[in-house]
Amino acid sequence: MKRHRLDPETKKATFAIVQAEDELAAIGMALGAGWAGARSMTSTSGPGISLMSEFVGLGYYAEIPAVIFDVQRVGPSTGLPTRTAQGDVLKNAFLSHGDTRHLMLFPSSVEECFSMAIEAFDLAEEFQTPVFVMTDLDLGMNNWMADPFEYPTKPMARGKVLSAEDLNRLGGFGRYTDVDGDGIGYRTLPGTHHRAAGYFTRGSGHNARAKYSERPEDYVQNMERLSRKLETARTKVLAPEFQEGKESDFGILGYGTSHWAIVEARDQLKQEYGLETDYCRVRGFPFNPSVLDFIRNHSRVYVVDQNRDAQMYSLLRLEVDDDCVGKLRRVRHFNGLPIDARSVTDSIVSLEGVK
Amino acid sequence: MSSTAVPPAPPKKVNRIGLEVADYRGARTTLCAGCGHNAISERIIESFYEMGVPPHRVAKLSGIGCSSKSPAYFMGTAFGFNAVHGRMPSIATGAVLANRDLVAIGVSGDGDTASIGIGQFVHLMRRNLPMIYIIEDNGVYGLTKGQFSATADIGSKLKTGVINDLPPIDTCALAIQLGATYVGRSFSGDKHQLKALLQGAIAHRGTVMLDVISPCVTFNDHEGSTKSYSYVKDHEEPLGDVSFVPFFQDIEVEYEPGATKEITLFDGSKVLLHKLPADYDPADKCDALRVLTEAHDKNEVVTGLFYVNTEQEDFITMLDLVDEPLATLPESRVRPPRKVLDELMESYR
Ligand SMILES: Cc1ncc(C[n+]2csc(CCOP(=O)(O)OP(=O)(O)O)c2C)c(N)n1
Ligand code: SF4
Ligand SMILES: [Mg+2]
Repeated sequence: MKRHRLDPETKKATFAIVQAEDELAAIGMALGAGWAGARSMTSTSGPGISLMSEFVGLGYYAEIPAVIFDVQRVGPSTGLPTRTAQGDVLKNAFLSHGDTRHLMLFPSSVEECFSMAIEAFDLAEEFQTPVFVMTDLDLGMNNWMADPFEYPTKPMARGKVLSAEDLNRLGGFGRYTDVDGDGIGYRTLPGTHHRAAGYFTRGSGHNARAKYSERPEDYVQNMERLSRKLETARTKVLAPEFQEGKESDFGILGYGTSHWAIVEARDQLKQEYGLETDYCRVRGFPFNPSVLDFIRNHSRVYVVDQNRDAQMYSLLRLEVDDDCVGKLRRVRHFNGLPIDARSVTDSIVSLEGVK
Repeated sequence: MSSTAVPPAPPKKVNRIGLEVADYRGARTTLCAGCGHNAISERIIESFYEMGVPPHRVAKLSGIGCSSKSPAYFMGTAFGFNAVHGRMPSIATGAVLANRDLVAIGVSGDGDTASIGIGQFVHLMRRNLPMIYIIEDNGVYGLTKGQFSATADIGSKLKTGVINDLPPIDTCALAIQLGATYVGRSFSGDKHQLKALLQGAIAHRGTVMLDVISPCVTFNDHEGSTKSYSYVKDHEEPLGDVSFVPFFQDIEVEYEPGATKEITLFDGSKVLLHKLPADYDPADKCDALRVLTEAHDKNEVVTGLFYVNTEQEDFITMLDLVDEPLATLPESRVRPPRKVLDELMESYR
């Protein structure tokens, strides 16, 4: 940052980096900055995620952008702190108390850690909410090869922010009013020079005009709108990537660093067992409709997870239609080592009952 | 032209930026009548009005508690943020770094600061972030029906008869020791002193920490409480008198040389400390810590401005941020050109 983000004339910083005392403070600072209109991020792993939980709920409910990189490692508790896992998927989807739901992106490579970071900052501001980038210790700390990163082609998407001129035109605004029907309200940034710009941000109940409220209707309307916002996000978070086999027997669904093992496992399944497979690599949550279609369109789908409790599988079960639940199968790898193709192949072969 | 003469309306009283005191008011308070927190809100309103701070530049921050509700009751057109319990300092840090033009005022309680929030509090003090941090200190958790907080004095008694047997955390002593640069204690019932301290706080640049004893009339204002109105009135020992002269007021103040210390603050305003104890130096941490310790030993509530440091760099200066708020920088100034990325990528080959 010191090399690339100093103002060319004054040599002063166009960024602020703070080593926070703990993860409670780290997420608080990120949210404070996001509230005030700067793009902000923090990175952590499991224990830090647990500490951040209360504030992430505030970020969801008060609708404040922030990006959180979660370099997932083996839990529970301190677990195997130097080993890899995908152990926070279910937790982060609903992190914090009450009804919450968060945007997540799942990078599979070093290149995607870069491109999805850009994507995450855009999503956080467009949806005014915390966004998780779910990498893992294997990707975050081991040596990987990568192609040079591609320079971003899109301008930054800063979301719905009203300026003083906008307020002159509109006369005022309701911070949590769903003007556009997509569940996303308009916000102002502190410091905006207009009498109508100020509003109160709080984690307690509020109405569409950001006033304190415990009225049942206000609460329900606000929570329903937040649901709508997350529905809108389905088609805005990154869509999955598909690979098709030739008249394949079934589907495999994976995410994150499992990708490379799955690619190789598909070859093994084909070459060694004559099993053709289709593959869906999930890249975002809430799930794009095409993820659910993939499950609907296959007789069975093997979900590859790097955790004991088949967290992505469980998350999918919550989301697919009832008649699709039975199509899902668990493939789990959770011994702390990066997942390998052979363990994926062996699991699928044994579940398929192939000899 | 109309022939009936309408008597001209009396000119409205306005401050130096043309706003009325009503522009600094907020929603109607929902706190108990007589709660010290309400009086503090009044002093905040007067101070920001008289200093002519534009409300749109004010960020009002708080945690959770009765005290933390009070930002809703002043400066209604400013930007408010109710954080989670005990974690307002981190929100303030992020917000102030994102927009250095904000005038940040944090209102916390003794529970919000000294019990659950002590971790973030001490680190905020260390950073000397430019902001005003106020503790509305009643020695109990008012909102949750009056349990002791960590500022409750040894021997203080709850209504239920429970006696506090742990020593209090002195938030002023902590703040001074850790690096806050404008530290004082006051009493919600002391209009003159509290307003002078608050106006000085607005004029200062760096972390201001004011512990304001603010009785909870519902849960901690009885006989046996050391944070009741009558106890504080009987035991208050002001460390001299505080007065304030704003930079925009062209008045010569007459005072006896030697008996008054004059401190010029960041914006050119002055605080005057009269009748300080002999040899007391408000720039000396040791003097302040000694006075605070002695007061505890004598069961006195010492109030006043204990410590001011106008030299210490604030956090924004330390981080050497550009002059404009980071939040307002256009994409061209925060996204380095393609060449930078390409070179960086080359360097990893
Ligand atoms: C994490 C968490 N724990 C506990 C609470 C419950 N709670 C709300 S306010 C409060 C104490 C507030 O005391 P103080 O800061 O002194 O404020 P006062 O009401 O006395 O002004 C507590 C414990 C909470 N809101 N959040
Ligand atoms: S309960 Fe106590 S602190 Fe809370 S509003 Fe009433 S008097 Fe104030
Ligand atoms: Mg209290």
